[in-house]
Order: sequence, then C-alpha cells, then structure tokens
Amino acid sequence: MTTLSNADTWLELYGNDLYRHAFFRVHDADLAEDLVQETLLAALKAREGFAGHSSEKTWLIGILKHKIIDHFRKSKREQLVDDIAIEADRQQDRFDASGHWKVQFAEWHNPDKSLEQQQFWEIFNICIKHLPARLAELYTLRELNDLPTDEVCKLLDISTTNNMWVMLSRARMRLRDCLENGWFNPTSQQEQ
Amino acid sequence: MLSCKEVSELVSQYPERLLSFREQLGIKMHLMICKLCSRFTRQMKFIARATNTFMDHPEDCLDHSHATQLSDKARERIKKALYR
Repeated sequence: MTTLSNADTWLELYGNDLYRHAFFRVHDADLAEDLVQETLLAALKAREGFAGHSSEKTWLIGILKHKIIDHFRKSKREQLVDDIAIEADRQQDRFDASGHWKVQFAEWHNPDKSLEQQQFWEIFNICIKHLPARLAELYTLRELNDLPTDEVCKLLDISTTNNMWVMLSRARMRLRDCLENGWFNPTSQQEQ
Repeated sequence: MLSCKEVSELVSQYPERLLSFREQLGIKMHLMICKLCSRFTRQMKFIARATNTFMDHPEDCLDHSHATQLSDKARERIKKALYR
C-alpha cells in the first residue's frame, strides 16, 4: 500500500517525467506544460480515489495519458494536404513495374540493442516528426497514443479503414527509410 | 505468387490489418525465396517493437535529454495553479 505525497512533492519528483512523457506524445512544449498542470490538478481532486495498487508515478502517468487523449479528441485540426499522391510516387521509386524491389538495403545488425540507447530514441523521434504532416498525425494518434481506429479515421477525416491501413503502411516504410539512413546504415547509398 | 510490392504492403499493414489465411500463406511462400522481403519484414517487426517500447514509456527512453526538462518558469506557474 502506497500513500500519496503532496502536490509539491509530485512536481519535484515526477515533474520532468510527466513533462517528457507528454512532450514525446504531443510534440509541443507549451502544450506539454499545460498537460502536466492539468494532470496534477486532476490528481489533487482524485486523491481519495488512489487505491495504492500502483506506484505514485504510474498513477500520475495514467492520469496524464487520459489528459493527452482528451486533448486529441477536443483539438481542432487544420486541414492537411493529403500525402497519398506523394506516397504513390515514392512507391514507384521503391518498386519496378513488375513489383520487384528497385532499391537495395542491408540487414540491421542486432537492432534490439538500439532500444537501450538514448541516441537511437532521439533519431526515432526525429524520424516521426519528419513524416509528412498527415502521416505524422496518424502515427501519433494511432501508434503512439493508441486511439481506436474508428476514432482516428473520424478525427483525421480518413474515409475508410482500408485507407488508414495503407497510410500506416506508408508511414512505417518512411520510418524504415529514415532509421536506415539516420541510424543503422548512415553511409549506405539509398535511392531517394 | 505475390510480388515484393504486395508482400511489403501486407507486412507493413500488419498487425493493424489482420491477414487472411491465403495472404499469410502467400507471404510465407514469398519469404522463403526472397531475401530482401525477409529482411524488410524483420525490420518492420523491429519498428513495431520500438514503437511499443516508446509508447509505454517515452520519458524513460529519453531520460537524459536536456532539451526536455520542465522549466523553472513552468514549475512556478504550475505550483501557483495547484494552490489557487
């Protein structure tokens, strides 16, 4: 059974963790600060409900996750250009007319070791940010924040689930290219 | 026989889009003879693992990042809001 510390201590102990958690999910510093504040205010109100089953930090991060999803649900999004045409071009660069690979790429050696490395995550994060705008939003909502498919389609105005699958596939292929060039094989000559 | 383009599309849509038995079989047969698509598939699986790891605890993945600390100014502001 864990008991709760006061709000000052929360800010002291978990302020940075909460902030970073929010920042890497929403990619906006001001918004991340606001989310930390909302989380701590909500936590103050919900003190009585803390069952002590988890650590304080886990409890606070749980509240933060809800706040982030609320934010995505409420926020108005700008009309973004559909990137699908650009992506169709890129597919032509990857495959020839008969559907064979036009590009060569090397094996990634021991990739799981990267998961423990700070620099890898920095590159990973940059790669997500550099996806075309709509794909970045989709990746953030569906993959990083786990919003349900139907909700993501509605929020991003994607007409069919099938389209969303295709877009996700393009986002992952882009991420693959970016991780390859930025981390695994930075010297390899890839056709762009 | 599925083409490399089709296989890469299918494996990069998984697990969002669940694959039919026919598709799974088609992919398996293709991967047995295609080195590049096997490589691509392993890389896609890695990207899925990385995404899950990051999604669970982004704050732990990047905990030394100096650019992402809660500023003193923000701390003061939040403190004020907490004791209003």
